[in-house]
Amino acid sequence: MLPTGVIIHVLIVICIYAILAIGLNIIMGCAALFTIANAALFGVGAYTSALLALAGFPFWLDILAATFMAGLISFLIGLPTLNLVGDYLAVATMGLGEILVAISRNWDSVTRGPMGLPGIPPASLFGFTFDSPPKFLGLSAALLLVIYLVAERLIYSPFGRVLKGIREDEIAVQALGKNAFWFKMWAFVVGGAFMGTAGSLYAHYLGFIDPSSFTLWIAFFIWSIIILGGLGNNLGAIAASFVFVAMRESLRFLGLPANVTAAIQQIFFGIILIVMMIFAPRGLIPERKYITRYKGDAEDRQSD
Amino acid sequence: MLKIDNLTKNFGGLRAVDHCSFEVPRGAIYGLIGPNGAGKTTMFNLITGLLKPDEGHVFFNGDPITGLSPYQIAQRGIGRTFQIVRLFSNMTVMENMLLGPRNQYGENPLFALLNPSRVTMQQIKNEKKALKLLEVLGISHLRDAYVKELSYAEQKLVELGRVLMMDPQLILLDEPTAGINPTFANKILNYIRELRDKEGKTFIIVEHNMRVVMNLCERIIVLNYGRKIAEGTPEQIANDPRVIEAYLGV
Repeated sequence: MLPTGVIIHVLIVICIYAILAIGLNIIMGCAALFTIANAALFGVGAYTSALLALAGFPFWLDILAATFMAGLISFLIGLPTLNLVGDYLAVATMGLGEILVAISRNWDSVTRGPMGLPGIPPASLFGFTFDSPPKFLGLSAALLLVIYLVAERLIYSPFGRVLKGIREDEIAVQALGKNAFWFKMWAFVVGGAFMGTAGSLYAHYLGFIDPSSFTLWIAFFIWSIIILGGLGNNLGAIAASFVFVAMRESLRFLGLPANVTAAIQQIFFGIILIVMMIFAPRGLIPERKYITRYKGDAEDRQSD
Repeated sequence: MLKIDNLTKNFGGLRAVDHCSFEVPRGAIYGLIGPNGAGKTTMFNLITGLLKPDEGHVFFNGDPITGLSPYQIAQRGIGRTFQIVRLFSNMTVMENMLLGPRNQYGENPLFALLNPSRVTMQQIKNEKKALKLLEVLGISHLRDAYVKELSYAEQKLVELGRVLMMDPQLILLDEPTAGINPTFANKILNYIRELRDKEGKTFIIVEHNMRVVMNLCERIIVLNYGRKIAEGTPEQIANDPRVIEAYLGV
């Protein structure tokens, strides 16, 4: 049996990744915008939160600032890139994301570069301090729930429907009088903001952050989660976070050397993704089908 | 209502539309015909902003719309269907229909989040309207089917339904009856006439089926090699030697 401490740790990490995955799901699952700036936005949230917390600002303010800042940076990334399509968008967002990581690595006076930011105080709200893992798990799970509910409402609203329309055929969306650019921008901002929230949680949980936590490898890890989970389905994103994170973290307890573990992880993920692509391309929990809600008099009229 | 003024479009060395001018009054049904490659679809793309003209202007309700984005032009009330259907294939028929209406309340994510009851109310209203349309088009039983599972003819009908959901003043139809059996095609044509008579909609129709064009349209414009070679009533067009020459090559 695994010790309780390990299980709680894994559950917290799952919550954080599930929030990241839901954020990416709005951008990539619904609107099919291939962005690779996700890990960088996670970092923007973490650094914003950490710097404010270290400067003495309260938790509620720094997590809101992290969310807002990641949304704002996402907006700025979207401005020049959202008119690009497919692969070009992926490459452009990857470049901009890498610039953000490079800034965190080199802006020594603020981010302390590769030495990272230690001593981030634990989160506290209304005089209650989340200073132990079980308490922090409660906070993470509550935030995950809130973000899940917000994302669900958005995805199944007319707004979410336009995003899916953009995924299917952007020209047709434009021909119906909808400004695709701004819909994509909204998806970018909302999804990016969620990643900022996740970053704030991450910073407060570990108490230490450095640029190595926000690399491309993390970006692809989040990608794999939503592809495994089912593009366009938030429950799938949560389920897949569970599978991937539990697997990744449990490999650490096998007692293998770190470099071997990392290699095994990557081989594992590769195999899982290939198997999924072949046998279940729509993911663990595929997108939910829309069923007409209005029953009314249509049924009567049909029968005659 | 729509005024095309000296419109020209080149693709490299090819002149797809060559100094075309015509006007379409409100409540009219116009036909746009010509041999393959005559520039009919290019004309539609120029009107709807998908392409920018090299010369000339398009006026809609007296305002110049040349150079506006496709979504701005659609916002002003020009709807269209495509020669090869452009549907949201991994979405259901109803979802396709629900994407039609312009400026839905719930398209703003903040409203969608904060006032879901109003969003739902509007949705139900739109669904009701969509079901009525689907019944007229004879595909209401397919409302919850994915579009990719439908036959081509059914997809053509969904696309027509979707543009009608948008409620535009001017509707450009690119081969609306292609692939649809004649009896049902007639039904659609009658419905188009009804929309014009009851709601004052204006139509421009590209169609290869001459029987359809001659029956439905009260005025026909003929393009050949991007040039307007004739314009007139169906009788005038049917007897115009230039048109016969363009079509039969004699």
